Amino acid sequence: MSSSDNAIEAALPRMALQGIGKSFGAVTVLQDVDLDLYAGHVLALAGENGAGKSTLMKVLSGVHQADAGAIRLHGQEVRFTTPRQAMDAGIAIIHQELNLVPTLSAGENIFLGREPLTAWGSVDWRRLFREAAALLEELEQPIDPRAPVSQLSIGQQQMVEIARALSLDAEIIVMDEPTDALTDIETAVLERVVATLRAAGKSLVLITHRLAEIFRMCDDVAVLRDGRLVHQGPTAESNEDRLIQQMVGRELADRYPYEPPQAGDVVLEVEHLVAPGVEDVSFTARAGEVLGFGGLMGAGRTEMCRALCGDVARRAGRVKVKGREVRFTSPQQGLKAGLVYVPEDRKQSGLVLEHSVADNMSLTALPAFCGPLGVIRHGRETSAIDHYIEAFRIKLSDAGQPVKTLSGGNQQKVSLAKALMPEPEIVILDEPTRGVDVGAKREIYLLINRLKREGKCVLLISSEMPELIGLSDRILVLANGHISGEFDRDEATQEKIMTAAAHVATSMET
Amino acid sequence: MTATPMKRSAVRLLIDNKAFLALVLLVVVSAAMSDNFLTGDNLLNVLRQTSINAIIAMGVTFVILTAGIDLSVGAVLALSGAFAASMTASGLAPWISVPGSIAAGAAMGMVSGLFVAFGRIQAFVVTLVAMTVVRGATLVYTDGRPISIGGGDVADAFWQLGGGYWMGIPIPIYLMFFVFVLCWAVLHHTRFGRHVYAVGGNEQVARLSGINVNRIKVSVYAIAGACAALAGVVLTARLGSAQPTAGMTYELDAIAAVVIGGTSLMGGRGRIFGTLVGALVIGVLNNALNILGVSSYFQMIAKGAVILLAVLIDSRSQSSS
Repeated sequence: MSSSDNAIEAALPRMALQGIGKSFGAVTVLQDVDLDLYAGHVLALAGENGAGKSTLMKVLSGVHQADAGAIRLHGQEVRFTTPRQAMDAGIAIIHQELNLVPTLSAGENIFLGREPLTAWGSVDWRRLFREAAALLEELEQPIDPRAPVSQLSIGQQQMVEIARALSLDAEIIVMDEPTDALTDIETAVLERVVATLRAAGKSLVLITHRLAEIFRMCDDVAVLRDGRLVHQGPTAESNEDRLIQQMVGRELADRYPYEPPQAGDVVLEVEHLVAPGVEDVSFTARAGEVLGFGGLMGAGRTEMCRALCGDVARRAGRVKVKGREVRFTSPQQGLKAGLVYVPEDRKQSGLVLEHSVADNMSLTALPAFCGPLGVIRHGRETSAIDHYIEAFRIKLSDAGQPVKTLSGGNQQKVSLAKALMPEPEIVILDEPTRGVDVGAKREIYLLINRLKREGKCVLLISSEMPELIGLSDRILVLANGHISGEFDRDEATQEKIMTAAAHVATSMET
Repeated sequence: MTATPMKRSAVRLLIDNKAFLALVLLVVVSAAMSDNFLTGDNLLNVLRQTSINAIIAMGVTFVILTAGIDLSVGAVLALSGAFAASMTASGLAPWISVPGSIAAGAAMGMVSGLFVAFGRIQAFVVTLVAMTVVRGATLVYTDGRPISIGGGDVADAFWQLGGGYWMGIPIPIYLMFFVFVLCWAVLHHTRFGRHVYAVGGNEQVARLSGINVNRIKVSVYAIAGACAALAGVVLTARLGSAQPTAGMTYELDAIAAVVIGGTSLMGGRGRIFGTLVGALVIGVLNNALNILGVSSYFQMIAKGAVILLAVLIDSRSQSSS
């Protein structure tokens, strides 16, 4: 191939989606979507939940077939009827829920179903692990190909998926919310890998809700709204505010609608708390204030929450709720004392996904709706559920539909409604906006403000620093299970929080 | 919230509940193939034969809803039945012997539940052990021989529970419907029932929602034990004696009824009505094959095929939804 061919090759899209349309029954999910993927380019696909991002990627990868439009690969029209065909054509998707067999080794996962064989027909293990090691090395990952996947971190598991994509000679790699479950350090590693793949001439598509990443990692950004492409262009010519506007179709006046605290009495006092993952944490929190908790993943914030709500037993220290010393041995006791924990992982710990919205919402508050013998008063229950659906503006067709059929933002609102229905006084929110689109994020912010107005004490754990700074009255930073910094709203900056978070802590008394 | 849900639930009953559809089909086919099937006497006969399995299966439904399993119900039936027989033989009235046996069955279930909940041992293993131990205890208690309920007024009164009629309908059928209504009310109209579904749906969520997961787990095994014991009472009463080998493999029929009824072995999904229908499917199938003169060997194969078919249809409709 001559150099001029190469130049033409680079200028033409490697893959072009043209006028893609897709409907499920009467619902149009995608309409006339054009999308170009170039070699050596990283494209961000942005949009609110339900905008059609996943469906578009499923069309691209042969899971769904488009009703209208064409897919061209190197200028040739292709039609994928199965994911296998798309894979053979060099398209790999790395889903948010990773597709690995946890009990098998990294190497076995990379070559699953395509194991190299010896002349005898048995698996050539030496070659398998050698090639797996080579792939992981290409990604500069110090992962033992013989290690079971279950022993790897989420970030490392993702690398195994990427290695598998490389082993398939994928030219186009789609990653769905790849950084959502990663620590900051792992995210940095992923960013480097993305840069490596880009330099190697791969086409990458990144779906993410984290706007900063779009500008850090991507060359171009495409925005979907209500199934239509509303923007595609270089990230250099855009900015976060403009992207948000494109995603929601209107201007969001104020991303972090802060309200001053109603600081009331001290309702939570924690003294030298020690628990698994928590070395020494002390703080007090007042009614009507939002106390933010910053820190890297693994700093002990979630562990602290679990110890406070009674999910795990604390080893030492004292906790007082409204002046009275408490020792919860189960979340049930925490709830009785007016303390509720909304876990970060709503799919694993927050909601019973297969059960209806209604059953989920009333689960925590159920005792309040029951008469003698635990008989549920359905009238009271239903009216409470209806009230919260309206107050939290949860979009659904029927409270009886399974909660898994709702969008991420609405699921999170159900999770919040479920926790708030028993009217707790202390609310611990662990990453309440993770995996939630910008529109729903704002609604959750407004909700947090409302809790504050109502005189509740809110502990807010968030890894998104602008959000943490934008909503908290005070911010504590955890590092290695210790409190490594405390900042008032006025003095908090991302730099200060990062410095405190990265601080390999010697314990600081507060 | 008045007319439409009612209408919808009637339609849904047919579409959602493949077991119900299967039952209707089975009845139609059986009626077409034999004139002796659709007679009042035979239908009462089917219901009476079904009642024991249905009562056990409804208890097992609670366990399976929490993603557990109970293999010990057949053995619990035998030992509770033996207790009931010896109490009756020694002159204790049914109003003592029946609650006594049920309490004994509940206690046996509770022990399994304690090991499942607090011992964190898999339910399959715990109840497999319980099945062996309780069966052994039954053989020890009965010395391997049947225990007769004896004669006299007390024995007659006890016998009514299995062999008696009220308004032309066998007593076991009333008991079956009584248990059904009770289970239905508990599962759908009490906090406890909702908690059972939640624990089976996602234990971690249930725990963080303030549910005492261990208490729920212990309770469902106790309920399964109590139901098995009631079935044991009915069987013992009907036969007039407790057999040490009574209830062998009944646990499998009970689990089959639950599964045919659409309850997921993964927990969190299922209905007590489905279990009742599932038990009836098995009962009607057995009865129809009997009437048609099919050998009992082939009946087992037919039963297996029906269970497989039911689960196959259920799993397909699950994955498509």
